[in-house]
Amino acid sequence: MNHVRSLMRPAGRRAAAVLLAAAALYAVPYSTLRLPGVFDGPLDSPGVLQLLAVCLLFAGLALSYDLLFGHTGIMSFGHGLFVTGGMYVTTILVNHAGYGLVPAALAGLGVGLAAALVLGSVALRVDGIGFAMVTLAFGQAVSLLVVSGSPALTGGEQGQTLNAGAVPAALSGVRNTANLYWLALGYLAVCAAVLWWLTTSVPGRVMRAVKENERRVEVLGLNPYLFKLLAFVVAGLLATGGGVVYLLLLGGATPVVAGSDFTLGLLVMVVLGGAGRRWGVVAGAVLYAYADQSLTRLSGSASVAALPGALRGPLQQPLFLLGVCFVAVVFFLPGGLATLPARLRASKTRVGHGVRTRNGRRAQRAGSRHSGLSADASATQPRSPIRRSAPQAGPNVLPGHNAASSTGAAEEGVTPHG
Amino acid sequence: MSTLILLTATGLGLAALYFLVASGLSLIFGLMDVLNFAHGAFVAVGGYAAWTVADHVAGTLGLALALPVAVAAGAALAALTELLIIRPLYARPLDQVLATVGLGLAIPALLQAVWGADPRTWTLPAWLAGTLDVLGARIPTVRFVLIAAALALLGALQLLLTRTRAGLIVRAGVENREMVAALGVDVHRAFTGVFALGGAAAGLAGLLDGLYQGSISPGDGTSLLIFAFVVVVLGRMGSLTGTAVAAAAVGLVQQFANYLSADLGDESVVILLAAVLLLRRRDLKGRPA
Repeated sequence: MNHVRSLMRPAGRRAAAVLLAAAALYAVPYSTLRLPGVFDGPLDSPGVLQLLAVCLLFAGLALSYDLLFGHTGIMSFGHGLFVTGGMYVTTILVNHAGYGLVPAALAGLGVGLAAALVLGSVALRVDGIGFAMVTLAFGQAVSLLVVSGSPALTGGEQGQTLNAGAVPAALSGVRNTANLYWLALGYLAVCAAVLWWLTTSVPGRVMRAVKENERRVEVLGLNPYLFKLLAFVVAGLLATGGGVVYLLLLGGATPVVAGSDFTLGLLVMVVLGGAGRRWGVVAGAVLYAYADQSLTRLSGSASVAALPGALRGPLQQPLFLLGVCFVAVVFFLPGGLATLPARLRASKTRVGHGVRTRNGRRAQRAGSRHSGLSADASATQPRSPIRRSAPQAGPNVLPGHNAASSTGAAEEGVTPHG
Repeated sequence: MSTLILLTATGLGLAALYFLVASGLSLIFGLMDVLNFAHGAFVAVGGYAAWTVADHVAGTLGLALALPVAVAAGAALAALTELLIIRPLYARPLDQVLATVGLGLAIPALLQAVWGADPRTWTLPAWLAGTLDVLGARIPTVRFVLIAAALALLGALQLLLTRTRAGLIVRAGVENREMVAALGVDVHRAFTGVFALGGAAAGLAGLLDGLYQGSISPGDGTSLLIFAFVVVVLGRMGSLTGTAVAAAAVGLVQQFANYLSADLGDESVVILLAAVLLLRRRDLKGRPA
């Protein structure tokens, strides 16, 4: 019964859920709610708001990365260079050229757009793994440029504080953390809106199709290169904007965003939450950012310090815990956290009826994840749009209605061209 | 003239390190289509294992003991990774890569937890710490050790691949994995073997990187890995001689560009990569695209 109801869940209810979530997030700085164990102080205290703002910013960045990885099926290891670009171009123009914040940020976005066009058109000439390596090399080049290129401009390994005079009063100072929080929330909203708009548009459907089977898109007479470039440029531009927001949150530029770990972090967030599933990606990013920040804090706490050395050391390394969790999720939860409700329901149903299996669902997911890297795999993988889009998978497919229905739409949107 | 020789020797020393890391990566990718992001972690583990031995036993004896320990540590970690992480995920190629990404994050963090983030200094035996005079250029002895190790590995791998049955299986697997499996050969054993071999080379690279730099830190392997990736792409995946030539090219270009202007070296490698990719109309295994 339950599954019939949620199968027919109208678009209006989904919109209502989004609005409700947005309203709740908007109202957080007005709340004095305390969540002991989760946050140190009440929700409206600057420390908690700052932590939440970083979480929201990473959710937006992860969505922009997911446009590449989850929706178009290309794995970039250079996403951080756009964040770096937005952050550093803005800082340098403000600090060294005397620009105002807004013109500097716009110039940063312009540089990000140009960089995305150039790098994308070069790197997309190779597929899969080659693309991953080329973008990694580009990211490394930018990282070196920032860290040791010209320390007078970039501040080297220390980074650089943004000239306080250029920041509007409403965005500086501890008392105005709420404004920064809303800025980060606005960034997340923009990313979510762009992603929603793009993935439901015709080019977005072709991107989905490129992910599922690039060769078939070519056979249909479309040029996958152009659609991949579009995804790369849009994602790059969003990430550049994220760099500007991050700059304001931190009050300065930091070379951390240029490191390869930063981009790998975005990949981990997306996979953790569930590639190609919006709520999943947001949840994965928020969890990762929260864990990353609070594990660092936790490691200094008395309870950890009391542990024996062999246990204490690894627990003080957020990357160790995150890396291990990531491997565990890849292993035991393919499809990420977004599939968790479906799995729970499936196991419940199976107990109840004794006949339903989730194997069909599993095989289907595994199949759809082949295509990202190996053209051979996608060529040999038999694909049936009918089986994918039909709701016959029953209760198991339901909580993934977003992904399932948009995949179906992608196939339908492309097929008529043939 | 002496500057030219010094730059060449330094570039080739660096190239030797790149080759040690990239040869394993290239074989693994060629045979299994897995891009191993944990390879840098194998390098780091080999480096720390060697450092620990040399820290307890001083001098040449310590170094002689550190060598097999580094190789064994790299090989064991790689074999374990293949058996425990890669093998269960054969049906999910993308997840194999993602799992190695997770390992690549976790292992250096674990090393940092145990040995701290600060670099640990290598104390070299006296005969290794000096320099050798070549046509008026004073070249650190360690560079020759690096080059010799890389050449030895290249020779040994060539022999292994062309003269033994195991090598035959690996070469055939690089060409067509399904066909080899269809002929009744247990390809999975070759997978574990190639992983262990790559890990052994990585462990050796960890030791030599420590000698080259005079110190080790947890992130060393990862930074080496990025250039090794470039070498693998340039040298065409699965080709050993291609990897060796590409390693030499990258090392030399980097050193000579660095001489012209500091920091230009790393940027020039990226430009080299972009240029080759744009001009070469073939896929990464060298087949016509």
